[in-house]
Amino acid sequence: MNDALIFPPDVDMVSDHACLLTFSNTICNEVADVIAAVSSALCDSLGVVDLVPSYTTLLVVFNTDHFDRFNILKHIHDISTAIDLEKLSQQAQNEVEIPVYYGSEVGPDLEGIATHCGLSTDEVIQLHCATRYRAYAIGFSPGFAFLGNVPEAIRMPRKTTPRLKVPQGSVAIAEQQTAVYPSVSPGGWQILGRTPVSLVDWESDSLALIQVGDTVRFKPMSREDFLAQGGLLDGV
Amino acid sequence: MAFKVIKPGMLALVQDLGRLGYQHLGVTTGGPMDEPAFRWANALLGNDDNAAQIEITFGMFTLEAQAQTSIAITGADLAATLNGHSILSWQTYQISKGDVLAFHQPTFGLRAYLAVKGGFLIKPVLGSVATVMREKLGGLTGKGDKIATGDRLPFQETTYHKACHVPRLAIPNYDQVEIDVVTGYQYDHFSGLDRARFFSSEYTLSQHCDRMGYRLDGTAIGRNLKGIISEGIAYGAIQVPSDGQPIVLLNDRQTIGGYPKIGCVTHSSGALLAQKKPGDSIGFRYVTVDHAERARHLLMSRINQWR
Repeated sequence: MNDALIFPPDVDMVSDHACLLTFSNTICNEVADVIAAVSSALCDSLGVVDLVPSYTTLLVVFNTDHFDRFNILKHIHDISTAIDLEKLSQQAQNEVEIPVYYGSEVGPDLEGIATHCGLSTDEVIQLHCATRYRAYAIGFSPGFAFLGNVPEAIRMPRKTTPRLKVPQGSVAIAEQQTAVYPSVSPGGWQILGRTPVSLVDWESDSLALIQVGDTVRFKPMSREDFLAQGGLLDGV
Repeated sequence: MAFKVIKPGMLALVQDLGRLGYQHLGVTTGGPMDEPAFRWANALLGNDDNAAQIEITFGMFTLEAQAQTSIAITGADLAATLNGHSILSWQTYQISKGDVLAFHQPTFGLRAYLAVKGGFLIKPVLGSVATVMREKLGGLTGKGDKIATGDRLPFQETTYHKACHVPRLAIPNYDQVEIDVVTGYQYDHFSGLDRARFFSSEYTLSQHCDRMGYRLDGTAIGRNLKGIISEGIAYGAIQVPSDGQPIVLLNDRQTIGGYPKIGCVTHSSGALLAQKKPGDSIGFRYVTVDHAERARHLLMSRINQWR
């Protein structure tokens, strides 16, 4: 197993009702696999209220009527150590494919990224689509998945001044991360294009298209297909 | 049957104990900013713990009853009146058809809770009616809207009424300036001097205080600290951005973040903080997890024994 992995995890009581489990100090897929496994093993426990997985940590929020600060630690230890780490890498991950219309009318930073990286826009699109990304964390806004890692050749920092309004479905990058904006929000990431697919649907059973631990691929689509699938061209 | 909203005030929101179990999708909890006050209001009426109430911030909120019921008011004293006569917080009142209930301006605290016998009857979204405006979730419409003029806040009509009030001993003192903190997260990253400064300085609530977080003004700490790998943010977490001014993250906080955090404000102290206004001063007091846990159990057992 990976040297960077801390297992069983370090546990820090951050409040009377929450503890933070740290699995590593560096970001990598093996660590993410373990966090996903511990998270899914804990999620059915009575008294565990919320789980917030991120790159190297898992926040466990519990009901103080069910657990005190001693028995939550024992419970986490028992659940974690029952997991067979050797079998994790063999488990198939859920793969999500997201169609994207890469055009300057919906991707206002596409040209800028190409110039910044010394590539053509087609090369930027090709590189963005060639990578299988992993969903390391969800946050910022409901359903906003932080996907990594973007190929070195097309990395670019956030904009110095964030936009006040990024349209729903915008596909963007910031350094080694890429993401889709699930709803209209302010944002400083560099926008490449837009997907007509809904990332969140609170009426459906699946709720969010991307879950932490999923693999995500982007696939280019034509302007016609984008519009046919309900894509909007409202301004950035 | 319903209350009809005559004046919506500054900010009146439908709340229950919060949207629990969806933080892994980036959905925050919402819920009452003063949870003890919320729990007491439901206890006074014999309601379910999670029954929907209205959280009234600041006041200027007027309702007209369209049917008979029993209500409880807890939390801040917003100079409430029933048909023009002053009424007090932390007790129940019988309501008849046509009664006008008004909340004026804060005289003690900032947020009041209005509960009705049986709870307000509102359709939940993701298992909760808690209104989170930023996420467009919950409330009367399900889309995170605050309460507006002309809205109807539905309840089941009842002739039931029992006059009762919260025991004096259990009513919190909103004037208390000490805010309890459990250290944790990146506490070890802060220098000894910064820790000492944090626990010995007076901080003032800035103009930027809302349901997401309370931004404080005072002695800067941890200005030299770098950001961290984003991690889950617990209720009450105190994050310190590069300007060194602490921000206490409350009910509508974002679920993950990458600023260093010195610890967490306890539940009961978070509720006290939420009753304070921009310009008010506070000080942070170190407490152990054990202390925070005991305070929590004391609150819950007081309420349960009273029931």
